[in-house]
Amino acid sequence: MPKITYVHQNGARTVLDVPVGTSVMRGAILNGVDGIVAECGGEMMCATCHVYVEEDQLSRTPTQSDDEKAMLEFTASERRPNSRLSCQLVVTPELDGLVVYLPETQV
Amino acid sequence: MPAPVVAIVGTGQAGFQAAASLRQDGFAGRIAMIGDEPVLPYQRPPLSKSYLARESGLDELWLRPETFYTQHQIDLLAGEIVTEIDRTERQLRLASGSALSWDHLILATGARFRPLAVPGAELDGVLPLRTLADADILRERLDQARDVVVVGAGFIGLEFASVAIAHGAAVHIIEVTQHPMGRVVSATISKFFCEAHRRWGAEVSLGTGVTRVLGAGGRVSGVETTDGRHLPADLVLICIGVIPNAELAGEAGLAVDNGIVVDEYLATEDAAIFAIGDCANFPTPFAIGRIRLESVQNAVDQGRCVAANIAGKPAPHDKVPWFWSDQGDLKLQIAGITAGHDAAVLRGDPDSGHFSVFCYRGGRLIGVESVNQAADHVVARRLLAGEPKLKLEQAADLSYDLRAHARSLPAR
Repeated sequence: MPKITYVHQNGARTVLDVPVGTSVMRGAILNGVDGIVAECGGEMMCATCHVYVEEDQLSRTPTQSDDEKAMLEFTASERRPNSRLSCQLVVTPELDGLVVYLPETQV
Repeated sequence: MPAPVVAIVGTGQAGFQAAASLRQDGFAGRIAMIGDEPVLPYQRPPLSKSYLARESGLDELWLRPETFYTQHQIDLLAGEIVTEIDRTERQLRLASGSALSWDHLILATGARFRPLAVPGAELDGVLPLRTLADADILRERLDQARDVVVVGAGFIGLEFASVAIAHGAAVHIIEVTQHPMGRVVSATISKFFCEAHRRWGAEVSLGTGVTRVLGAGGRVSGVETTDGRHLPADLVLICIGVIPNAELAGEAGLAVDNGIVVDEYLATEDAAIFAIGDCANFPTPFAIGRIRLESVQNAVDQGRCVAANIAGKPAPHDKVPWFWSDQGDLKLQIAGITAGHDAAVLRGDPDSGHFSVFCYRGGRLIGVESVNQAADHVVARRLLAGEPKLKLEQAADLSYDLRAHARSLPAR
């Protein structure tokens, strides 16, 4: 099962096995990772599952839809070039080893 | 002094959010959540969308796993019924016979489906869609359903209809007014969605009600409409709105008027009792007077607001309302409350499948309805958080840069 690493604000790392087909957001929620809020449940109506993807892994992540780009304007923490909504990062074998950084705040 | 106790009646999205936010805000006392559904707190929106369509499962429905509640020391009493609020003793009486003392009480009791008051409504196959249990029954019934009648063309009815059509059922939507979703959207959006459902293969009868439900051997076989037609049906969905669960509050002497009456801090006239989510009737700058909203945004923002108030960081509830609905390949997103607009203007061409309706009252933008046009929705939420200063002509002009307009306004 692909491993996804969530890096908390204090630098602590949580490594989770997230099944293929499950989003990085859902993986965090199901395992009680604080720092992902996911208010709308993955509908791209909020931006509370914001993460920063490890820069050199960006090319492995799925392309951003226009809807995701639009909603990223709503992040509570600074939007950066490596900002993603983790509900849109659906885990595939290629995403094994993905590292995402949790922002300072989601709300 | 012992640590204070917060009791939350209701384990839906609002109750869950209040509990989670209390802990996040540093509340150290006891938190007890009591709900009549015997399951973990879950999201309701997918029940008429992806969950109903079997595109998502139970794991994706839970707001948090069971461990979240133990980790955060939230006592979850799921499957328990509150029978009385004793304001003098500051206690809840429970159906199991026990009592629960509280210092702060949050009523997040939600709403229940409004039954159809016609003969035959009790027949097998006449079903509501409100709870997980309802959705589980509908999932099974949809597998066998051939002729589906949807009574009421609100969000839930239309979402259900689009899933049923995709399932291969023949669907007939009947709506007593002339406007599907007419209580909450402009005439343009109403008409657009009505036509979309017809294009997808549903029959839509507007200005039509149900006089009785027909059946044989205890099972539904059709409905009789106000214009005298008999429509065949082996499944009838009743979705003609909800009734706020305000009885407990009313019996405790609290004011009830289309929901539990609260102030801008979401407190009832008893400063220790709050109401949030679908059951709360509150004042808002986004509408004329008081409203009651049934939405995730409202539940979440009010849950946060009440938690902050109890945790000693009081602030009024003043967040921009937003809503969404998925029907077929159309995503409707609404920012603000457009009911009561006196002018509306199109941005984009409905025939392109991507457009928005900007709604005004007294020359001021009050809400925006977007179809497959998330960029407009996002800008609208920003604009409505302050004074939008967007002229109607600017909204209608596709060459006018809305994002630049939003950036030019004072930051919030």
